[in-house]
Amino acid sequence: MSIIAPKFKLSEFIKSILDNIFWILLILTLIGLPAIQFILFYIEMPVINGELLTPFLALTWLADPSRSIPIIKAFMTTDLFRIAAFPGFGFAALIAAGTIFVERKMLAKLQLRVGPFYCGKVEGILQLMGDGLKLISKEIIIPAKADKPLFWAAPVLFVATAAAFVALIPVAPGWVVADIDVGLLAVFAVIGFFPVITILSAWSANSKFPFIGGIRALYQMVSFEIPLILSLLGVVILTGTLNLSEIAASQSSFPWIIFLPVGAIVFFITMLAELERIPFDLPEAESEIVAGWLTEFSGMMYGLVQLGTYLKLYAFAALFVVLFLGGWNGPMLWPPFPEEIITEGIELGPVTAQFPGLPILTQEMINGTLWFVLKTVGVIFFILLPRGVFPRIRVDLLLDLGWKKLIGLAFVNIFIALGLLYAGILGPGGIF
Amino acid sequence: MSSPTLPPGLAIQKADERIMTLNVGPQHPGSGHMRIVVQIDGDQIVACDPDPGYVHRGEEKMAEYRNYTLNVPHLERPVIHDSCNILYPYVLASEELLGLEIPERAKYIRVIASELNRCIYIQYWLAIYGIFLGHSTMFMWPAGDRELLIDLMEKMTGARVTHSYFIPGGIRNDLPANFEDVCLRQVNYFEKRIKEYADVFYENPILISRTANTGVLTRENAIRLGTTGSVLRASGIDYDVRKKEPYDVYDELDFETPVLKDGDSYARSRIPWLDMMESCRIIRDALQKMPKSGSVRVKLKPNPKGELGSVYKRIESGRGALGCYIVSDKKPEPYRVKLSVPSFRNLIAMPHLLIGEKLGNMPSIYWSLNYWPVEADR
Repeated sequence: MSIIAPKFKLSEFIKSILDNIFWILLILTLIGLPAIQFILFYIEMPVINGELLTPFLALTWLADPSRSIPIIKAFMTTDLFRIAAFPGFGFAALIAAGTIFVERKMLAKLQLRVGPFYCGKVEGILQLMGDGLKLISKEIIIPAKADKPLFWAAPVLFVATAAAFVALIPVAPGWVVADIDVGLLAVFAVIGFFPVITILSAWSANSKFPFIGGIRALYQMVSFEIPLILSLLGVVILTGTLNLSEIAASQSSFPWIIFLPVGAIVFFITMLAELERIPFDLPEAESEIVAGWLTEFSGMMYGLVQLGTYLKLYAFAALFVVLFLGGWNGPMLWPPFPEEIITEGIELGPVTAQFPGLPILTQEMINGTLWFVLKTVGVIFFILLPRGVFPRIRVDLLLDLGWKKLIGLAFVNIFIALGLLYAGILGPGGIF
Repeated sequence: MSSPTLPPGLAIQKADERIMTLNVGPQHPGSGHMRIVVQIDGDQIVACDPDPGYVHRGEEKMAEYRNYTLNVPHLERPVIHDSCNILYPYVLASEELLGLEIPERAKYIRVIASELNRCIYIQYWLAIYGIFLGHSTMFMWPAGDRELLIDLMEKMTGARVTHSYFIPGGIRNDLPANFEDVCLRQVNYFEKRIKEYADVFYENPILISRTANTGVLTRENAIRLGTTGSVLRASGIDYDVRKKEPYDVYDELDFETPVLKDGDSYARSRIPWLDMMESCRIIRDALQKMPKSGSVRVKLKPNPKGELGSVYKRIESGRGALGCYIVSDKKPEPYRVKLSVPSFRNLIAMPHLLIGEKLGNMPSIYWSLNYWPVEADR
């Protein structure tokens, strides 16, 4: 065989990690410390509790847990943290980045090749960063006949809509950006935006292949939205609520997939179609219509659409977990935090350290997040898998599947749910 | 309203708002080195105009200025993946013109090289067929398994792709030591691998639903349009030059030609795959029957002169019957070399198959014709 990747060696693996750490430390020291000093030189320091907050004092406070932990806890209850970091955009983007990496490596293993290998030294872990830098540095070309405001707006709108979708997902008890009573309706509303944005971008490019791709996306999304909505009604019938947090909490003893497997299957297939993944990637069918509605996007505009696509993928997988797999519910994995540490402190050799306000996160939250991430990653894996196994489907077969088979199955699912409800087995006032 | 005066030869075509004209190619991921002007009404193709000629290199004209041996390296350029097979008819015809008698061992080695090259070509074709249908695994697997045979060809000829292995008078060099064992092992493994494609590709329900009953070429049309090779055999006609007009030692070898009756895109895509298995059988048989030692080429005079006259020879290539017509006028260079290539014959069927089909069927029908744009342009 021609090129075979070098075999894995533990010594080289450790060496490469140490190499990376060395360069990070070197760069931080050479650039970070002068930068911090430069900033401190110009900033006027505030006076807190009658003391001038000098840099030394600030560092002392950072090192003192009795002062830093309450600040961190206070920050974590703010809306900014929720939207930007944990249940919101940052967490979703992290999972999306991991998804891209896993997708490339897994597909490579399936196809008997190596995948990203050299960038970042350890199994190509920095490949995504390299691709991102490349996309940022590329020139953005707008077609001469394009409707410029709409064409510019489309990628941004796409990411914004995907982020809005992410905001509705409850990750752990109480950890959700927008905890609204009509959460599921809001999800339907957000999903309804995607075809609009797609056809907007396709039409505004004023080019033939994006136009065909946009029309295909419109057909596909509209015809699969109906079975998608219908397949979720079974869960709503059994729980009697549209609030996603309450739906997740209702599955504390068993997930709904046990009673509604038909609905779960229909939802999974429609999810693949909504995400435009193989075998339903007709709007981006390469050999037929170049890149479909993405043809005219270049540089970071394309990068934004890709980011939006993977955020959407995470959000759909998370929705599947919340509705059918029990959300954050699961046996306790995280060991409970002993109370004595808060009251009496820890003896670390000669020093007794006090940590008032510990723990930062509750046991429930950490355990719930762990289970949620595990389940979501599992669902994402099954979303990625068809890409290596199936060819692309054709438009007429796609519409046939959507309108004839999936809608029928979704109704079967609703009847199963109604039957369970009226037999008094499940639902409000049921046996379980 | 008066019509504007137009220069002679030009006319204004009335635009139909329902019909959209698409230029598929030459810069399109699904076109190859050619252009297909497709007119679509909604999702249906109403007119199709294949436009080859983007990679015309004048190989036939170039052959009139070089002697019989120097023509070898450039005549294989139209299909570098099938380079042994495209040289085969030229070499057979020029040997007859030069009056050469070929050693028995060289004939067997030629058959082995030709069959290995057929597999290499079909694997490449299959890889692109996979990616045209959006099946990326079917792109990577044949492209990777092809390396096995390319390594074999490298051992035989010293080059991975453009071998220049067949020359008038035999072959360029003898096989390396221990080649038979290595070849047998690689070919056996290769055959095991291609049988696995059935699970992931040929028996995939989505693939069958997409390609079955699309682009049907009936038996009568296949004959009328003059198609050849896998396209002809997928329409139910058992025609293989290796069987009908055996050249070199094909009449001594044991093999069959696969024939399917459906004539649709799916049958056309299966025939080359079945061909590969028959090729493995031929290689094993030839390795067994081959004389173990002996000369592999006839010594040629410098600048040999052909007899006055013309010769036409045909062989079965990876795409179909490939002919070469050489006219000689008693000079060191041939007076005329004409390559009759299968790709161009199969291209003629394309408008007949595409009109009335969905746009989504275009890549699968186009590539199932076993058409290589560079070979058609020569």
